[in-house]
Amino acid sequence: MEDFISDWVARHGADRDRLLPLLHAIQEEAGHIDPSLVPVLAEALNLSRADIHGVITFYHDFRHEPPARHVVKLCRAESCQARGGAAVEEAATRLLGVPMGEKRGDGRVSIEPVYCLGLCAIGPNALIDGRPVARIDTRMIEQLAVEVNA
Amino acid sequence: MASVALGADDVARAFEEAGCDVVRTGSRGLFSIEPLVEVEQDGARIGYGPVGPQDVAAVLDGSHAARLGRVDDLPFFASQQRFTFARCGLTDPVSLDDYQAHGGWKGLERARSLPSAEVVEIVTASGLRGRGGAGFPTGIKWKTVLDARSADKFIVCNADEGDSGTFADRMLMEGDPYCLIEGMAIAAHAVGAGHGYIYVRSEYPFAIRTMRAAIEASAHLVAPFTLEVREGAGAYVCGEETALLDSIEGKRGQVRAKPPLPALQGLFGKPTVINNVLSLAAVPFILAEGAEAYASVGFGRSRGTMPVQLAGNVRHGGLYEVGFGITLGELVNDVGGGTASGRAVRAVQVGGPLGAYFPPSMFHLPFDYESFAQAGGLIGHAGITVFDDSVDMAHMARFALKFCAAESCGKCTPCRIGSTRGVEIMDHIIAARGGAPASRTRQEDTGYLGKALYSRAPDRIDVSVDAQVGLLRDLSDVMKHGSLCALGGFTPYPVLSALDYFPEDFGASSPVTEAAE
Repeated sequence: MEDFISDWVARHGADRDRLLPLLHAIQEEAGHIDPSLVPVLAEALNLSRADIHGVITFYHDFRHEPPARHVVKLCRAESCQARGGAAVEEAATRLLGVPMGEKRGDGRVSIEPVYCLGLCAIGPNALIDGRPVARIDTRMIEQLAVEVNA
Repeated sequence: MASVALGADDVARAFEEAGCDVVRTGSRGLFSIEPLVEVEQDGARIGYGPVGPQDVAAVLDGSHAARLGRVDDLPFFASQQRFTFARCGLTDPVSLDDYQAHGGWKGLERARSLPSAEVVEIVTASGLRGRGGAGFPTGIKWKTVLDARSADKFIVCNADEGDSGTFADRMLMEGDPYCLIEGMAIAAHAVGAGHGYIYVRSEYPFAIRTMRAAIEASAHLVAPFTLEVREGAGAYVCGEETALLDSIEGKRGQVRAKPPLPALQGLFGKPTVINNVLSLAAVPFILAEGAEAYASVGFGRSRGTMPVQLAGNVRHGGLYEVGFGITLGELVNDVGGGTASGRAVRAVQVGGPLGAYFPPSMFHLPFDYESFAQAGGLIGHAGITVFDDSVDMAHMARFALKFCAAESCGKCTPCRIGSTRGVEIMDHIIAARGGAPASRTRQEDTGYLGKALYSRAPDRIDVSVDAQVGLLRDLSDVMKHGSLCALGGFTPYPVLSALDYFPEDFGASSPVTEAAE
């Protein structure tokens, strides 16, 4: 990853405001931002390690460890709650065998909360491996569980 | 994105396989008929929806049961005044030809034929107020930036649409990206800015992709003004304008104290116009058609149109652009058709997670900044989330506080600690009101990172509900007046309105009569 970072900085610059785009690029490349990269980033952008750590931990998107094979982001904001979101969440955690906010022990699936995908009239909504899915119901969760366990 | 979430990719593929020319548009805004297919034949567009991949043959021979006729003639569309969303859903979003053919760039052309100050005057005369929620007059903001002396000035578009129940920004960016680009180019001419940023939340990957493609394709038309998209990273508070600026600068998205105003010391310390997507996208119409054409629609001091978003448990949810002044009840019952579940409407939350909950007894309220403020609420970004009678309002009040605790930037104490204390008080109230708490409540007990935000459930209640309610009111007062920004300052709106209008859900011993103030 060190080479990736130096290449990226050579192409896009080392100004402080490049930090978020660079973090996105790293996560896209590696799936997560390994804590061991903090000093590398600090060096590359001429910032303190505390500064880099502070930014990475502030934003919910940045992962500190590799993601599960399937990532299910379930919306739990008000609009989806009004459309039966709680029941879908209950079904998902039960059928996929992992609590909200966690990765399953075998690394096959994680369920993460998300607060609004902007599909508020056709909820409950989810992003399943980056794909938006509307009007989620128990039957769709059952299908997903079969795919995950296959 | 909405249609894609409902399977539009499969539908498009099926039509392509049947030999049709398929143009993917943005959403028209009525989700109950999506995926919507419009078939153009002999100059007429006939709509079908919702359509699945198995319906291709029936749509092509015109025999499908979901045939809607001309979409514009449906009551949902015929009764709207579409100033900002006039092109959305009609055109190929990134086609420059389409944009031009539907009146695009007229506003920019006119703006560039006028001196900067005159453009600002036109926007001021239109009565346009910030559509992102605060309602501050756009022309006055622009004038401050125009008058500021600096070699560098910026236009920043706030597209961090994090409020539940809102999706107008997403729809516009996905469906008519050049409208936003044109608005930003007009703003740049009006204040003398050279570069602009569109800060889009990461939850909107389709909007990010469309905006980037449109910026690239239109670069020669807006030059010398340049634009770029910045992607957020999942922090609600970055929708607050100063936190958003810090985020673009590569920092934690923490709120800045004001003054100085961003108009004078904004991005990188330079004079900056920060406007919402809808504010900037309203500008091309104003320049092209004139301030009077815009200002002639509206109610009181709320001029022009508002793209209202009907969401939650509503039958005909979607985007409905109309002049201010339509009542809340007309929007929920007449336009929205009541609940999707068919049960009675019990509460509607207006203005996102920080907006007040209103019961049907308040449905006479006209949609207007001042009327809502007077009633202890806010219009915000004009999202309306409908709930039926199965909603537990104590749970919703707890959720608002919990959301604030999870999303607080941490800079000020009332928001950071007050919200967590508020969740604890709500737990006492919910436990004390008797009966089992709603099952939903238990599932809310993990935070964003899956950790419990508080360590123990209240097992023994040694104070009365009334005392807890009193404490909740005091806490709300501190949050409202002591917080740096709207996240902490407005969280009391959903909490107190739930308490005021639905005291029975809190188990309060006497009806609450104290005003939300």
